[in-house]
Amino acid sequence: MLKIENLHVKLEDEEKQILKGVNLEVGAGQVHAIMGPNGSGKSTLSYVLSGREGYEVTDGEAHLGDVDLLDIEPEERAAAGLFLAFQYPVEIPGVGNMTFLRTAVNAQRKARGEEEMSAAEFLKVVRAKAKTLKIDADMLKRPVNVGFSGGEKKRNEILQMAMLEPKMCILDETDSGLDVDAMKLVSEGVNALRSEGRSFLVITHYQRLLDHIKPDVVHIMANGRIIKSGGPELALEVEQNGYADILAEVS
Amino acid sequence: MSAVAETMNVTDERLAGLTLPAGGWSDVARKDALSRVQMMGLPSRRDEYWKYTRPDTLTQAVAVPAALFHNDEAALFDDVERLKIVFVDGVFDADASDDLSLEGVSIEHLATVDADIHWARDIYGVLETNGQKPVERPLAALNTAFATDGVLIHVTGAASRPINMIYLHNSETSDVMLHNVIKLDAGASLTVLETGPAAARLNMVTEVEVADTAAFHHIRAQGRDHERRAATHIFARLGTESVFKSFTLTANGVMTRNECVLELTGDDAKATVGGACVGDGDFHHDDTVFITHDAENCESRQVFKKVLRNGATGVFQGKILVKAGAQKTDGYQISQSLLLDGDSQFLAKPELEIYADDVICSHGSTSGAIDETALFYLQSRGISKPVATDLLTLSFLAEAVDEIEDETLREQINERMASWLERRRG
Repeated sequence: MLKIENLHVKLEDEEKQILKGVNLEVGAGQVHAIMGPNGSGKSTLSYVLSGREGYEVTDGEAHLGDVDLLDIEPEERAAAGLFLAFQYPVEIPGVGNMTFLRTAVNAQRKARGEEEMSAAEFLKVVRAKAKTLKIDADMLKRPVNVGFSGGEKKRNEILQMAMLEPKMCILDETDSGLDVDAMKLVSEGVNALRSEGRSFLVITHYQRLLDHIKPDVVHIMANGRIIKSGGPELALEVEQNGYADILAEVS
Repeated sequence: MSAVAETMNVTDERLAGLTLPAGGWSDVARKDALSRVQMMGLPSRRDEYWKYTRPDTLTQAVAVPAALFHNDEAALFDDVERLKIVFVDGVFDADASDDLSLEGVSIEHLATVDADIHWARDIYGVLETNGQKPVERPLAALNTAFATDGVLIHVTGAASRPINMIYLHNSETSDVMLHNVIKLDAGASLTVLETGPAAARLNMVTEVEVADTAAFHHIRAQGRDHERRAATHIFARLGTESVFKSFTLTANGVMTRNECVLELTGDDAKATVGGACVGDGDFHHDDTVFITHDAENCESRQVFKKVLRNGATGVFQGKILVKAGAQKTDGYQISQSLLLDGDSQFLAKPELEIYADDVICSHGSTSGAIDETALFYLQSRGISKPVATDLLTLSFLAEAVDEIEDETLREQINERMASWLERRRG
């Protein structure tokens, strides 16, 4: 599904290398988690894959299926099936959540040469999906993320994911700022989307989220590289001992 | 030539081409206004109040012709239940207008009103004269003297539907002065919609008397003709617990100067002036607002948003004057521009002058580009950059549009702006 090879990335405006040869392959239907200390390059990886400006790829490749991700615009990556759930979802005053969702869904459908969803059909689908995420009609009507609590913003991200039905979902610290109940709700939303054709890359600081969203593989990232990969037990090890042991072990 | 001589020269030339209309009841006001214009002289670029906007095309003797705009979209507010009053290049069109009768409202137009005593006599030119201090507005006085037509609306109750003045522009050389007078008695309410460019060059004055507990709502959409020019003034006086809300949408037009002069004279009055403008290329748009608080516990809001690209210019001059004794005043003023490229400019002059000691007044003015983070957020959801830019543009304008209280009318403005942006994308 997602294949990253020898990815090197620096900041566009300064001589600072952030990713120094990332190799990662996520198979179809798998859930991979990336953990790592602050500044290890986890969020950068998610931004580079989804096409945010400000980064320069100096070497390496990233493919989603047959699609060469690094060559195309963010909206084309989205249409190809990539989705990034933001750590800090952006507030957009004056644009209704519903308008935003429908514009996004239809833009992707159009890009893939599919028929656009009618207003009535869209409404039906979005209401059903919103309900399972406990997103009420008022939240759908309000401007995108404006006045939403931290938990509401994250649930709104998952709703977008559910509506856009991506192949590859990257969750960038989706657990940050969530209380226990909200984390459970968000995790349930993600788990409901797990399927054979859909893969997840979950970036997190804490093992706690992985209790809810059970990963197949856990990677530890440090200093711009993946330094260790293993099963779910690796996350538990980090939780108990921190990163020091692992860092010492590989250096 | 000295500055004074140049001003007088421009004024003389302009006045030489004009004749005072026979105004009946308004004759006295017109003659007074003419002498005031002669005293003041028309504005020149040396005037501080015209520092950011060149007045020459608004003051010169002959208007610059403006090509007609062939509009293929449905007229704004077409599906709103309203009373239509149509002017074509400043001339009242009875056939295209509705029957001018509405319960609780008397409607006449300036050109045909009888010479007898008329309620409008107490307002026509009076609020305008009042608004000449402390800053002179000679174009408004010129209008009082020479306006050929306009609407006189006296509201005694709650108007059951909005009145829509539709100003069509069918002649490339039309040079028009219209003067509206609107009086709301105590407890009365009315919504006025104004749409269209009116002329190649328009000079418009609207005087509004809002008595105690009355409510006046005003939504204006200035025409999209690229080459049209307009200088407009609204003068309003607000009584106790009255409400005044005015919103203006401007897209295109090579030169627009909209002045709004409000005086809050009764306690607990509320006033809002808002504007959203979208300018592209040869576009100059100036919002000049002067709000005087002269009573206690009043609230005023100024909310102006401008989207500018391809060398367009936006100007905002806004002042809140809080007189001694106008305690508990709550004044808010925000003017912001979204510059879509490096060629456009926004010039802002916010002013506060406060003589009371228990007031809240805030003001802010910003210029910025599209928020890259928000743009990326939208793109990451599959929305293309041009569409995402338009969504963020609408988002930027929303704070001003949200000042329109009526949801249906607000949505009409939003939809219209969205469709303009969409068409521009092609």
